[in-house]
Amino acid sequence: MGFLELIDVEKVFPLPKGEKYVAVQDVNLDIRENEIIAIIGHSGCGKSTLLNMIAGLDLATAGHVSLEKKDIDGPGPERAVVFQNHSLLPWLTVYQNIEMAVKKVIPELTSKELKEHVTHYVDMVSLDHAKDKYPGEISGGMKQRVGIARALSIKPKVLLMDEPFGALDSLTRAALQEHLMRIQQKVKNTVIIITHDVDEAVLLSDRVIMMTNGPEATIGEVLEVNLEHPRERVALQHDPEYIRCREAILSFLYEKYAKDDE
Amino acid sequence: MNQDLALRIALPLLVLLVIIQIWSSIASVVEDFPTPADTYVAAFGGVNSEGDEVVGSLSDPFYIENEDDKGLFWQILNSLERVFGGFALAIVVGIPVGLLVGMSHRFFQAFDPYIQIFKPVSPLAWLPLLLLVFQDINMTAIATIFITSIWPIIINTALGVRSVDEDYMNVAKVLRFTPLEKITQIILPVAVPYIFTGMRLSLGIAWLVIVAAEMLTGGIGIGFWIWDEYNNLNYPNIIIGIIVVGLVGYLLDLMMGRIADYFDYTKRGI
Repeated sequence: MGFLELIDVEKVFPLPKGEKYVAVQDVNLDIRENEIIAIIGHSGCGKSTLLNMIAGLDLATAGHVSLEKKDIDGPGPERAVVFQNHSLLPWLTVYQNIEMAVKKVIPELTSKELKEHVTHYVDMVSLDHAKDKYPGEISGGMKQRVGIARALSIKPKVLLMDEPFGALDSLTRAALQEHLMRIQQKVKNTVIIITHDVDEAVLLSDRVIMMTNGPEATIGEVLEVNLEHPRERVALQHDPEYIRCREAILSFLYEKYAKDDE
Repeated sequence: MNQDLALRIALPLLVLLVIIQIWSSIASVVEDFPTPADTYVAAFGGVNSEGDEVVGSLSDPFYIENEDDKGLFWQILNSLERVFGGFALAIVVGIPVGLLVGMSHRFFQAFDPYIQIFKPVSPLAWLPLLLLVFQDINMTAIATIFITSIWPIIINTALGVRSVDEDYMNVAKVLRFTPLEKITQIILPVAVPYIFTGMRLSLGIAWLVIVAAEMLTGGIGIGFWIWDEYNNLNYPNIIIGIIVVGLVGYLLDLMMGRIADYFDYTKRGI
């Protein structure tokens, strides 16, 4: 019984001159409720395409993507997306960016409830001090935290993250991963995170989906990460399970499906 | 800092001296060309080089002798009324058309050829046709300004709409915004600075065109006034007219710039 199911999913993009580009094909995946999934692969492996199909921003050209038995036929707030480049609206403050989403998705809130709700999510990502700042005035890491808060504030069933920390430096990235793990302990929802960072995948997820190289990319291997939450980055460095997972992914990416140009 | 300020005042004054020098030499060569001194007298009153006592056109700009003989202030006011009339109409029509053209590829395909063809036509070419339609100087001038102003507004509005980041639209899609919400909450905030750039361009061109249009239509207005002064052999007033038109145009541009900045989120204290 799948919560989020992908059955024989295929995505074909038309090219000029009538040709076709098969981005992904034969993707079968069964995601449990409250599971954290990492999708990893080289660039061009169709992992973003996969995420977009779950988000509904792109539709599968064959097969089914369904959430709680309902086929996904477009985007919706029950599948919130944290975009790689945060995509905050630059003319709204941190608070207003979150408020705009909440107002639209949960319109029945009174103005007092709305304020409490938004403030709760601002606090969750520790941005109370910056809530009246504009996105142009805060750092990349802070912007991405706002993006996460905005996505969570609409209480999605699934949180989709497209390389959310890809554009950040490694220290900021580590801090944000910690942040995300802490939030996840509280919120406990289903998360799908696209990444090309091996440590990020192992640290955050319950299962790592490894994609073969495109075109015609598909799921190559699925790795169970048998580590208890909450996880501690430093302690894990010597944990045999962590090392096993890391090596499995590295071997997949750099031996079985090595890519020259990366 | 003080030195900078001094230069900022001194340099334009230096250029002014050069201009006056060139002007004087032109006046000494060309017959009847007003000298700087005569022009000053014609503007602010006094005794000119021929010994005549003159009331300056700028010293009493508010006089109303009769319907056909009014002070410079009224001429300017009349021109401004026409400019803003046509300009307002162009905004009301141009922004929605620009939004449609920017948002829909089909609308773009439908309208683009006509925008491209009519945009380079001098608005004055429309004037006889408009005069034929309206049989009224005022309406003709307003309609001419409307045609002048509408193109930059349509083009810049459409450009603004097309410059909306795909990511913002994805946010709107995930939140299931209605088309109206997409326009008011995503597209307009992005497009407004572009729209104001278009409006600023439009107003600038409208102010250029109104002078020529009024020379053709006659009646009242700063353009008519300048032409009338030529016919009355009051040549210094032509130069005064040029300077006044320039100053008013500069003020209009300054005003539009301020308004544009106010609505531009990228300039809001960031």
